[in-house]
Amino acid sequence: MTDALLSVRDLVVEFPKRKTRLTALDQVSFDIRPGEILGMVGESGAGKSLTGAAIIGLLEPPGHIASGEIWLGDQRIDQLPYEQLRRLRGKRIAMIFQDPLTSLNPILTIADQLVETIQTHLPLNDKAARARAIQLLDEVGIPAAEKRIDDYPHQFSGGMRQRVVIALALAGEPELIIADEPTTALDVSVQAQIIDVLKRMCHEHGTAVMLVTHDMGVIAEACDRVAVMYAGRIAEIGDVRQIVKHPQHPYTQGLMGSIPSITQQVDRLVQIPGSMPRLDAIPSGCAFNPRCNQRLPRCTQDRPDLITTDQGHVACWLYEGATP
Amino acid sequence: MSLSVRQEYPDMKQPLLQVQNLSCHFDVSKPWLNRVIESEPQRFLTAVDQVSFSVNQGETFALVGESGSGKSTIAKLIVDLIHPSSGEIRFDGKILRETRGEAFKTLRRRIQMIFQDPFASLNPRWRVGDIIAEPIHAFGLATSQAQVTRTVEELLDKVGLAGRDRHKYPHEFSGGQRQRIAIARALSAQPDFLVCDEPTSALDVSVQAQILNLMRDLQDEFGLTYLFISHDLSVVKHMADRIGVLYLGSMVEDAPSEQLFSQPAHPYTRMLLDAIPDHEMSGRRRKPVTGEIPSPINPPSGCTFHPRCEYADTLCKEQRPAVVTHNDSQVACWAVEQARIPVKGLQSV
Amino acid sequence: MTDQTTPSTPPTNDGLVRRILDSDLFYDFSRRPIIILSAILTLVIILAAALAPWIAPHTPFDPSTLNLMDGFTPPMQPNAFTGNLYWMGTDSQGRDIFSAILYGARISLLVGFAAVAFAAILGITLGLIAGYKGGWVDTLIMRIADVQLSFPAILVALLIFGITKSLIPSEMQEQAAIYVLILSIGLSDWVQYARTVRSSTLAEKNKEYVQAARLFGVSSIRILARHILPNVMGPVLVIGTIGLALAIILESTLSFLGVGVPATQPSLGTLIRVGNEFLFSGEWWITLFPGITLLILALSVNLLGDWLRDALNPRLR
Repeated sequence: MTDALLSVRDLVVEFPKRKTRLTALDQVSFDIRPGEILGMVGESGAGKSLTGAAIIGLLEPPGHIASGEIWLGDQRIDQLPYEQLRRLRGKRIAMIFQDPLTSLNPILTIADQLVETIQTHLPLNDKAARARAIQLLDEVGIPAAEKRIDDYPHQFSGGMRQRVVIALALAGEPELIIADEPTTALDVSVQAQIIDVLKRMCHEHGTAVMLVTHDMGVIAEACDRVAVMYAGRIAEIGDVRQIVKHPQHPYTQGLMGSIPSITQQVDRLVQIPGSMPRLDAIPSGCAFNPRCNQRLPRCTQDRPDLITTDQGHVACWLYEGATP
Repeated sequence: MSLSVRQEYPDMKQPLLQVQNLSCHFDVSKPWLNRVIESEPQRFLTAVDQVSFSVNQGETFALVGESGSGKSTIAKLIVDLIHPSSGEIRFDGKILRETRGEAFKTLRRRIQMIFQDPFASLNPRWRVGDIIAEPIHAFGLATSQAQVTRTVEELLDKVGLAGRDRHKYPHEFSGGQRQRIAIARALSAQPDFLVCDEPTSALDVSVQAQILNLMRDLQDEFGLTYLFISHDLSVVKHMADRIGVLYLGSMVEDAPSEQLFSQPAHPYTRMLLDAIPDHEMSGRRRKPVTGEIPSPINPPSGCTFHPRCEYADTLCKEQRPAVVTHNDSQVACWAVEQARIPVKGLQSV
Repeated sequence: MTDQTTPSTPPTNDGLVRRILDSDLFYDFSRRPIIILSAILTLVIILAAALAPWIAPHTPFDPSTLNLMDGFTPPMQPNAFTGNLYWMGTDSQGRDIFSAILYGARISLLVGFAAVAFAAILGITLGLIAGYKGGWVDTLIMRIADVQLSFPAILVALLIFGITKSLIPSEMQEQAAIYVLILSIGLSDWVQYARTVRSSTLAEKNKEYVQAARLFGVSSIRILARHILPNVMGPVLVIGTIGLALAIILESTLSFLGVGVPATQPSLGTLIRVGNEFLFSGEWWITLFPGITLLILALSVNLLGDWLRDALNPRLR
């Protein structure tokens, strides 16, 4: 925890409802080290986007952090007053959303938006800020950046817009970027390019990234480590190669097997029966137990916490007693 | 109504679906008055441009392409939701638009569709039983209400749901379950041919696997023929016997699935294969992908792929390549035709 | 392969009352005292109006029961000559104001509901056709709507009222008055429904369930009636509620201006007009009580409509 840039400890996010409270995130803990890309993967409703929103303080009411701590370096940020948190955003933590159109103001030129962001966070005059903006656009691969900087967002294609959004996120030289499904809205042939840009830029600038996605391909391409989320909890967290090649949690195993392979032909895909439970009907014990093909008797009663194995951390009773 | 394997069409020689030089233009101009005032010409979008292919009985033909490739437009053209500007679609030798009366109704029944978004494809105000029974009533496939109920329950069972689910409303089901309901509804028309327009792209991967497996099982059981439309090459590889690759409304390559993946000919096909993320971290060798799809309203001249193509020369910029048949595959590319690109195991005929 | 793990929601056929009491709408309702009050007031007025012949202490429009000596009795004071006590006093003819209000609200509500129903049916039908058919049909219907919308509703209603009345022989005017009123208020108000239904129809008709129905060869009329109509009714309910308040006010306005229902069958508006003549001679109660009733009724219905609009709008929740 000492060398971590972002440290999330036992984070619980709740949504009060009429009669009950829905626990959308339950005891989520993980670290991101400086310059590291951590993938958050899971199916819709697993809580991966919510984790990002909780870190940056953008939970939609009535959702709120019920307990747990979020540390950015040595500053605790989950209890910051609104104004301080607002200043933190963009400067120390930046955000990249799924749809580049919603992150860009349609009536301002790219130059206006970039220069404003740069000047908000860095003490630069107009000329220097513009030069920095052009440099950033150039770095993210916008051809003829000096000319295109005065264009409006609608004059860019989808992929180019997402590049601009990446430049915008990097403008304040943040320590952490939370990227929420940054490639989902893009065409396949553009996705690969955007992943490349994000990966390259963050490595060059030493920025840590929390990459939220449902796409295992994106994870395998971009991340150093992966957290697999299921029903508001982390099922497994570890090195990306380890998780892709040797998944431990039965859910991760099923998830990996259910993706059609390009290199081998199988007759039937591995399928996990059923679907993820809704938040108001999470089973007792391990949330995955009704769908699990390796269920033990205790899985229906006791909830497993993350167990450290020699290959990472996994929340599954199968690994109880495994030597770390 | 029996749900047994259908063997009405034992003749495997004639393709079940033949599409010939199919084109579809959309008028995307501004309203007439605006055009007159701003003195702008009418503008057309060529969504589908001279596309030909055929699908054999019992096989799965996949159309892949990115946005603007015209794949969804082709789906709608085939099921007659929109009308082509030119070209013809023959189903079982007959042109749907030229048949009338009972023959039309039968053809229409035999071609059904599964839609992309299971949240929009089921009427939220209808009970599941009524949704599935709609085609049965519309095509007069049952003689009594008891028979309708029995068929609906059988179909629900076939797609992995319970018969009593017919009393529920769509909102009580998850995305994957809704897609099962949509499949049951399509099957209740007793079709031979299913057009599946991105049937799993709105679903999570683990649910996608369930639906793909189900579709395969049903294909075996009912002898269905699929036209499978997707942007996801790995899904297509899993499902298809033959694959057509579309780029900006044109078919650039049409080859048997295995051949397409092992010996891709067209530069765009190669690019698409290189763009598939290596989720298994197998260390597959790939070239970096460049460029983006141009606007279909004002497509590039000649071969529409030439601005992104590393093999493009002046001929590619000026003239549209013709479709050339090699072995079992069809490719529309000057560079392949003139043997400027090496294609593994491909000899010009 | 069965999705056993997904929580099975309770079966849907466990009683309508249970379902209403369990709904989010009812929960929201139960936490808003002003809305509950509005609902109670509306309900009380509607019930009282519907049951007027049985609960009214007098039959104010039967001349044989009237006693001129009772005229101008102030509220809650015994009449100087007869000693009769009236809660809300009497008018110049000795009519009981309370009873007159009950009967008046009956007419007002009848005209209001009928006008809303007429406007809704007309507007929904035209909106469905315009939205589904598109092209010149759509253009024609919506241009007519635009033109009508550029005139104030009261003017349109007056115009239609005038034209229709001139077409009816004078001996039938008395009985036909109420129908003419319903027609003119309804015709002045259909645009709202048509516009809303048209835009919802435009959204619904491109949804895949409609396309699926077209694949089965289902006819346009059946698609409109069975598929699209049930899915566009939500906003109509809201407009209808607010429209009811507007229709009641419009009716009162017309009656106040003297072009509405005849004085022999007075509505709330007619009562206010009649009472208005005595306002400056000190008999304030004759116009005040019908006025307050109209205010409460219109306000309550309007508040209910506003609440319904917000509660049914998923984006505001």
